Amino acid sequence: MARTPVTAAAVDVSRGGAAPAGASGAERISALAQRHGALVVLVAVVLVTSLSFDTFFTGYNLNRLAVNAAFLAIVALGMTFVIITGGIDLSVGSVFALGGVLAAWASQYGTLPALLVPVAAAGAIGLANGLLVARTRLAPFIVTLASMLGARGLMLAVSGEGNETYLVPQGSAFLELAQGGLFGIGYPVYLTLALFGLGGLLLRRTGFGQSVYAVGGNEDAAALMGVRVARTKLTVYLMSGLLAGFAGALNAAYLGSGVTILGFAMELDAIAAVVIGGTLLTGGLGYVSGSLVGVLLLKVIQNVINLIGSLSSSYQQVVSGLFLIAVVVAQTYLSRRRRIG
Amino acid sequence: MTGPDAPLAPILETAGLTKRFPGVLALDEVAFSLRPGEAHALVGENGAGKSTLIKVLTGVYRPDAGSLLFQGAPLRPATPLDAQRAGISTIYQEVNLVPLMSVARNLYLGREPKNRLGLIDFGRMHAEAERTLREYGVSVDVRAPLRTLGLGAQQMVALARAVDVDARVVIMDEPTSSLEPREVETLFGVIGRLRERGIAIVYVSHRLDELYRVCDRVTVLRDGRVVHTGALAELPRLRLVALMLGREVEQVRREGLTRFSGERTASADEPVLVAEDLRVRHLVDGVTLRIRPGEIVGLGGLLGAGRTETAKAIAGALPLDGGRVSVAGVPLRRRSTAAAIRGGISLLPEDRKAEGIVPGLSVRDNIALAALPRLSRFGLVSERRVDRVVATFMERLRIKAAGPHQPVGELSGGNQQKVLLARWLALHPKVLLLDEPTRGVDVGAKAEVQRLIDELAADGLGVLLISSDLEELIEGSERVVVLKDGAVVGELVGEDVTEDALLAAIADAAGPDGTAPVPAAPGGEAGSG
Ligand SMILES: Nc1ncnc2c1ncn2[C@@H]1O[C@H](COP(=O)(O)OP(=O)(O)OP(=O)(O)O)[C@@H](O)[C@H]1O
Ligand SMILES: [Mg+2]
Repeated sequence: MARTPVTAAAVDVSRGGAAPAGASGAERISALAQRHGALVVLVAVVLVTSLSFDTFFTGYNLNRLAVNAAFLAIVALGMTFVIITGGIDLSVGSVFALGGVLAAWASQYGTLPALLVPVAAAGAIGLANGLLVARTRLAPFIVTLASMLGARGLMLAVSGEGNETYLVPQGSAFLELAQGGLFGIGYPVYLTLALFGLGGLLLRRTGFGQSVYAVGGNEDAAALMGVRVARTKLTVYLMSGLLAGFAGALNAAYLGSGVTILGFAMELDAIAAVVIGGTLLTGGLGYVSGSLVGVLLLKVIQNVINLIGSLSSSYQQVVSGLFLIAVVVAQTYLSRRRRIG
Repeated sequence: MTGPDAPLAPILETAGLTKRFPGVLALDEVAFSLRPGEAHALVGENGAGKSTLIKVLTGVYRPDAGSLLFQGAPLRPATPLDAQRAGISTIYQEVNLVPLMSVARNLYLGREPKNRLGLIDFGRMHAEAERTLREYGVSVDVRAPLRTLGLGAQQMVALARAVDVDARVVIMDEPTSSLEPREVETLFGVIGRLRERGIAIVYVSHRLDELYRVCDRVTVLRDGRVVHTGALAELPRLRLVALMLGREVEQVRREGLTRFSGERTASADEPVLVAEDLRVRHLVDGVTLRIRPGEIVGLGGLLGAGRTETAKAIAGALPLDGGRVSVAGVPLRRRSTAAAIRGGISLLPEDRKAEGIVPGLSVRDNIALAALPRLSRFGLVSERRVDRVVATFMERLRIKAAGPHQPVGELSGGNQQKVLLARWLALHPKVLLLDEPTRGVDVGAKAEVQRLIDELAADGLGVLLISSDLEELIEGSERVVVLKDGAVVGELVGEDVTEDALLAAIADAAGPDGTAPVPAAPGGEAGSG
């Protein structure tokens, strides 16, 4: 049957096989909103707050705010990778607390142990999460819920049911790492920025980063295209654990002690920050810079409520919650619009 | 030096390859051999084991027994990556790319061009992606997410990706099922060039004329066993079909290959579907359609002509910017798919993966999904009635599954399509909109599907048929409405529905002698009379 060539000659070539025109304009706008929406809101909030409170836009307040945000930001960085693969890591809050207690305990032996011990323990938990998620195909939600409980138990055991509080020795280099600074800006801020720079490079510009997106975007297709799915998943959970442990250690140095109640529900703040920053909770799309903006937004709102003073700090959670809902609704709306377009 | 008739050592050879799934022996001691530079057709009914063989060859599944020789040495790929590294490149049955990632990133995933620092060089990647894709007739913004491309263009990206790596063997599992004729030509050109370089092709398709155009040899699978292998040109079409179906040649000849009776006469009743002046921004521009009970109306046109969009607009799946739809004289007020279904309109969507099948649910639940309200009383589902309906359709459409409770995701591609078709048929609609109903369906089942459509039409159902298979469109419809750029540009009726007339109407939007070309008036009142 030689009918195909006839048809081929009769084809209108200009169409090019792409989706109809007109879809791409709306597509671009919704992609921009997804990516930079949080930044626009952050700038607006900062502007309004600066005009309303003269105590807000001061070097002292901003530095304190940034250092405060640094710990959550480091945790959110790891969470970003996990969420882009389509997973979730609920253990980071407990790992953060465990890291803090271990760091404070180990700081009596010097700065290096104070950093290495918590990071190693957190890495082991992250590795276990990764192995279970990648090899057994158990839901990440369940796996990391279990390790969240496990890590909390471990932390209580180390701190004698929370009765024992280890203090970081005064004047140690470990303390200086979190409390010192340069040009009026605390070291943790520099550290966080460096980590985000590296994280961004890793995600956007390396083969590993591409496989993170591919696994979250379509796991089966990724496997058929030759992506090492299991290895990619293992790596993101390992990273998430390591970063949470490190953030916990840094926080202990900042506070001068390992505080056991810290890190409670921190995983939820981290997830909120990541989602507010434009990363899709279903995976496949996301940006580390967005997560940084998300963390800052949460922290600025907290700061504003503190500045207002008359409002109970509980309202911070209400505002964050409302914000999160708004973002998720917007995301769903945008992606539905795109599917139709 | 690598002509197909030179007696060359096979590049790929299997012996005794066996693969068992719970309840099915998908491959039964398969011996398959591929020579360098040849195009080898792999054919068989839906569920015969073609895709499974390919997946075993490329490390997606581990075989239970048997051996695989590649370039004379044993090969045991544990992952698709191993197979790719060894030189076997594959386009799997469904478009298998990552929709959220950009076109270029899909093309280069796993082998991104790097700069001196070892970081991905996006400038080079985008330039090269653009150049490569242009060779395949796809000119798009390579930075845009893959999702924004049409199915055909996505398939071309998958093709470019598979061919761009340095492979010795390229396997294509139903590559043309979502391609337009022009794209099919591009594909055949690519296949020709590959063969000149001595690369062997394994080609799976249910479209027989394609096989005879591009392939030298053929291997026929039936129920996981090789029933024939040899030169294709020596094998008459009827004999090939008989081998696939396991029937006698005489029986196949008697029954014919298409089953539309062509003897239906639409009643002169009031139209069961009236769609007037439908408008969707950029996509549909004032389409008017009338379908009478018992009538099958074809929708012709090229990619982007607005066929799928028209069907979706009628079924409430696209928001309308203007126009009215009424079923049996009752206008649809609310514009939603639920309202359309309640009104009696069913749509079999084009993209079954994205819009139809629920892979985790069983065959039974997938079929019963939309019909549940009809099969229940006072909100309670009658399990017996569901079972009966499901059993009927599984038998009539010859759905090959371990049983009604097997998850649909485990079925072969063609059988998934049949499940989807059964879902909409089970609804007993008044109007059935079929968008590529037999895509990926084997010849035997295709005839069965066509007979079913015929029967339903005889019962007074109105059918709108969209098919890029011209033969199906011509034999199936008594009237073909031709679309271009979202508007009706012509209509062929009765005797005038011929291949030549249709091609001419599609080509220059003006029918040859005997047809009444309808001008695409800006007011949009073009349409049926
Ligand atoms: N993952 C799986 N689990 C269970 N059964 C499976 C699985 N994959 C395939 N099968 C079964 O193996 C048989 C062969 O399927 P296969 O996909 O190879 O068919 P096919 O020849 O490619 O058909 P089609 O033309 O419809 O694509 C079918 O009966 C199918 O149901
Ligand atoms: Mg198949």
